[in-house]
Amino acid sequence: MKDAESKMALLEVTNLHARIAVPGGREILKGLNLTINAGEVHAIMGKNGSGKSTLCGVLAGRETFEVTQGSVLFDGKDLFEMSAEERAREGMFLGFQYPVEIPGVSTSYFLKAAVNAIRKHRGEEELDAMAFLTLVKDKMKMLEMDPSFMNRAVNEGFSGGEKKRNEVFQMAVINPRLGLLDETDSGLDVDALRTISHGINKLHEADPKQAVLLVTHYQRMLDYVVPDVVHVMIDGRIVKTGDKELAVKLDTEGYDWVEAEMQTAI
Amino acid sequence: MIQVIDDKKVHLSNFDRFAIQEGVGHPWLEKLRRDAIARFDLVGFPSRKTEAWRFTNIDPIIRTPFKLGDLEGSDDGSSTAKHFTFGRDAAVELVFVNGRYVSALSKHGKLPRGAKVISIAAALETDGEVIEKHLGKYAAIEENAFVALNTGFVGDGAFIHLPRGTTIDGAIHLIFISTAGDEPTVSHPRVLVVAEDNVEATVVESYVGSGSGVYFTNAVTEFVTGTDCRIDHCKLQQESLTAYHVATMQVDLGRQSRFISHAATIGGKLTRNDLNVKMNGERADATLNGLVIIGGDQHCDNHTLLHHEKANCPSHELYKHVLSGRATCVFKGQIFVQKDAQKTDSKQSSKSLLLSDDAYMNSQPALEIYADDVKCTHGSTIGPVDEDAVFYLRSRGVGLEAARHLLTYAFAADVTRRMRVAPVRRRLEDFMAAQHGLPQDLRITDLGSHDEKAR
Repeated sequence: MKDAESKMALLEVTNLHARIAVPGGREILKGLNLTINAGEVHAIMGKNGSGKSTLCGVLAGRETFEVTQGSVLFDGKDLFEMSAEERAREGMFLGFQYPVEIPGVSTSYFLKAAVNAIRKHRGEEELDAMAFLTLVKDKMKMLEMDPSFMNRAVNEGFSGGEKKRNEVFQMAVINPRLGLLDETDSGLDVDALRTISHGINKLHEADPKQAVLLVTHYQRMLDYVVPDVVHVMIDGRIVKTGDKELAVKLDTEGYDWVEAEMQTAI
Repeated sequence: MIQVIDDKKVHLSNFDRFAIQEGVGHPWLEKLRRDAIARFDLVGFPSRKTEAWRFTNIDPIIRTPFKLGDLEGSDDGSSTAKHFTFGRDAAVELVFVNGRYVSALSKHGKLPRGAKVISIAAALETDGEVIEKHLGKYAAIEENAFVALNTGFVGDGAFIHLPRGTTIDGAIHLIFISTAGDEPTVSHPRVLVVAEDNVEATVVESYVGSGSGVYFTNAVTEFVTGTDCRIDHCKLQQESLTAYHVATMQVDLGRQSRFISHAATIGGKLTRNDLNVKMNGERADATLNGLVIIGGDQHCDNHTLLHHEKANCPSHELYKHVLSGRATCVFKGQIFVQKDAQKTDSKQSSKSLLLSDDAYMNSQPALEIYADDVKCTHGSTIGPVDEDAVFYLRSRGVGLEAARHLLTYAFAADVTRRMRVAPVRRRLEDFMAAQHGLPQDLRITDLGSHDEKAR
């Protein structure tokens, strides 16, 4: 599936340090390196507090974090020169761990505004109501969503599972070049997990250049969305990288052995 | 040397001129006026030492020499009337210019038998008894000096009488237009609505201005219902930005009558609204929703009072405020539960969005409860646009400014989407859309599909 052309680095993170953007804020990312090529599926696993969500936040442009060192290139461009919305328009997508409720704004209005902001940025014509409807219809079917959902306020009164499904649905409609999915699997029952994973795979099939970074605690999602590369994150750094077998091993044996390996290395 | 200004003089001499010209032949009315103006003369304008006026400085109103508005000016109000008319959505539309009823600008639709929507001046001749029985009986001149002042000038205004069993499709729309010229003018609009048992009706009051002159609208509305009524009331205040607007609305609800009020303030330099609802019968049900969108140097003070007199009455209140520039705003939500008003179920919520560092909001719930088996809740939030929501939108490609505009619009649309009077809802949403550079006629949420039970 990966031909030579799609093997260029889409995301290149070098020695990334970041802290919470308050005076005296704690450093969370402590020299993180990560390269994701177009078309690849990566998974980052790690315990609570290892910095996984911070990495997603920093990449998406969340202003609660401050980058103190290092660089990130997104398709060769300096990511930190771009605002959050510019990153999105350039093809980065963050599936939130805790999606935000936006009372008073319907999902359909919200998504149309997003799609058209991105299209405008790319110099493409904005979609009218009909074209937009056609676009979303397919994706809703793919993710087994009720059509009434489009008229509901974004995430308002949604269950945890519905919110996560909505994140993947938005990713499907927006079709980014890189999808960062921050614990999209948490809070899902098995059926929902299967549907969502199926959706992610379908997206990938339709656009083989699309890259995905799955951030997760558990291996169970990786049974459905099989990663090309698995990383282990401990204390703000990626300390081990392997293939999907690494995820299986982490799931059965925990992280102690990785930490032990690190000690030995020192 | 301190110069003492008699701040009442302007209005007292206006009254002297007015009393000679108007309403001769109705001794009860003359007495009502004289008692009212005597009361005003006695107490004068409230000062900021008065608790209810602590946060609103009315000095500009006191110091301005307002002359009583008339129809003499060059602007006859017709273009403003045309702009604000409901057209087909109105069953009847009465237009007042500078406090005077203008038949030529009004729409006289066909009403069910016995129902009347006419000027008070005309009604004095035809329905004198009903007016005498109700006028001035609800909005007490002892409570509020502005009410006393208004009552001193009762002569014209709107009279709505809906006999038992009346149902009116379409809105009864009252438009109060001020056309201010070079000289500051004052008008004292008065509305009396008497709805007997089992009436269904929608009443809308629009207070609007044209021109750049200074004027003062001092309005009083009395609204009384019998049992089993369904009343929808809207008030749109879109006065000019040089205007002062002080208004009292007193509602007396009978048993099992439901009253839904939506009050929007988007105009005026200084606004004070007192909305008092007395629930006089069991299972009366009141919903008071409000929306304030102001900026610049505008000031708005909304006082609401839900007076639970009888048992088993629910009441709901949602006031939302969007403040920009140096705007200042007050919300005081009083809920009074009499000792007989057991099983009262009252919910009050005040939410404010501050779009600038210089905007100021003062929100005070005031609950006074003398019954022991009641449910009363209140909540108040004041803050800037939710930055988490802004980031969520930005992470999807929506620009920072657009995200803030959209969220501000959505915040206010939470009130407008509850409005069932389409022309008012449309006007407000178009106003909001224009403020935020969003397309007109935008519908970002749909009432029907919304989870929360909007009321």
